[in-house]
Amino acid sequence: MRYMMLIHHDDAAMAAADQKQLWGDYAAFNEALGKANGASSGERLEPAKGGTIVRNNDVLDGPYADTKEQFAGYFFVEAADLDEAVAWARRCPSSRFGSIEIRPVHVPKGDWK
Amino acid sequence: MSDRDGAATRTAGPAPAGAAARAAERVARETYGRLVAFLAARTRDVAGAEDALSEAFAAALRLWPVDGVPDNPDAWLLTVARRRQTDALRRRQTRTAGEEHLMLISDELEAAAGEPGDLPDRRLALMFACAHPAIERGMRAPLILQTILGMTAEDISDAFLIPPATMGQRLVRAKTRLNDAGIPFAIPEPEELPERLEAVLDAIYAAYTKGWSEVGDRGVPEMAGEAIWLGRLLVAQLPAEPEAKGMLALMFYAEARRNARRDLSGAYVPLEQQDTSLWDDSQIAVAETLLRDANKGGPTGRYQLEAAIQSAHTARRLGGIGNWPAIVALYDHLLARTHSPVVALNRAIALAELEGPAAALATLAPLADDRRLQSYQPYWAALGHLRGAAGDKQGAIEALTIAIGLTTDPAVRTYLHGRIEALRDG
Repeated sequence: MRYMMLIHHDDAAMAAADQKQLWGDYAAFNEALGKANGASSGERLEPAKGGTIVRNNDVLDGPYADTKEQFAGYFFVEAADLDEAVAWARRCPSSRFGSIEIRPVHVPKGDWK
Repeated sequence: MSDRDGAATRTAGPAPAGAAARAAERVARETYGRLVAFLAARTRDVAGAEDALSEAFAAALRLWPVDGVPDNPDAWLLTVARRRQTDALRRRQTRTAGEEHLMLISDELEAAAGEPGDLPDRRLALMFACAHPAIERGMRAPLILQTILGMTAEDISDAFLIPPATMGQRLVRAKTRLNDAGIPFAIPEPEELPERLEAVLDAIYAAYTKGWSEVGDRGVPEMAGEAIWLGRLLVAQLPAEPEAKGMLALMFYAEARRNARRDLSGAYVPLEQQDTSLWDDSQIAVAETLLRDANKGGPTGRYQLEAAIQSAHTARRLGGIGNWPAIVALYDHLLARTHSPVVALNRAIALAELEGPAAALATLAPLADDRRLQSYQPYWAALGHLRGAAGDKQGAIEALTIAIGLTTDPAVRTYLHGRIEALRDG
């Protein structure tokens, strides 16, 4: 199963952490992800305060919701089951500063016809 | 201390001592497991058996640690279960499967001249059903933990790192499968026994490793205790089976080292650097006795070999040096039997002690493309260790970096960072 891993973390808490270690851990995580079959590193987004929201013709400044944890990036993993995907989420350094949402990628079964 | 422990002592209030409360909880689980197994063996309806007893079991978990264990735990649980059932019937005016279940037990009890202690123990049969080949491998341990020990899906999901609702759904599906697939609730015939027993052992050992591999997690050591308890139950019920003793011995060897895996500051300490004076003598002694008994019992299986390797490791406690030739030879046997890349990895680590890191790395080279090892943290940690010892500083740092990326335990991560820094400085 292919899973999209949505990273939601607290930008402020992350900024307060030891940056050298944090980004060292992130580099290590991306290395490990790169070795795993079918996984692919995703992308890191600029902090949510730089985002823009469009809704019903209104154009608003981000972040979308008034919560501490904001959508911050994503990656994909190819996992045998949810258990493997959970293992990858726990390895992701952002999980220490927020949460990783695990979403199975939809596989079209011709149901649009 | 796990959540479940916390819950037991919370409801128990401050009065009972922790140990007494835990003992009472243990009796409640034991009683519950025996009654569920008895019912399930008769009706093949595990979920129904659990439903019939669940409220009484919850009451026992709440009351026994405070009031003490009743003289006749089986009768207590059964009486409360029947009372609840009658109440429910009055409310709903319907007959339920639960009542039929409870009738069945009480008939049996009358047949046994009202001696609830005489109720036949069918837990072993239930374990064999839970670990049947028709049950998904990953669900065998959770199923045993729930049916035999009365653990909740939430407790189990904590250790298996799965959302509680998902674990709950999987357990329901597995129980339906027990029923639908016509899985026998029986101890297999002798010709089938070795293979079927291996599945039971694997399930119990899987539960144990959940309580071992990641020491930092809350609630997890408790799972190790539950697995050991299941192992004891198995040995008591199958005293002639050497592999059951082998597995129990293996768990005790590992338990004996639990306190040595962290130093005073909580930092991770690898096996070869552990302070052997922190190893628990009494648990090692239990393990040695079990292993000796097992070896007397006949053909040597996987668990006896793994326990023997652990036994050889404990030699370091006595002589200061490990018995590496014996360890490598035992790994050779194990590898021939299992063909497991994890065994090959462990053999290489032992071989490095005997013939040096280059020889060990050479045996690992053919495994480089094994997909199972790519996201196996110990593989990269070992590779980093061996490359470092062989003088390949850059290769060591690369492997240790990947090991860091695969680590979820902060103590291990800190340890690996330290290794990289030492390589950079050295």
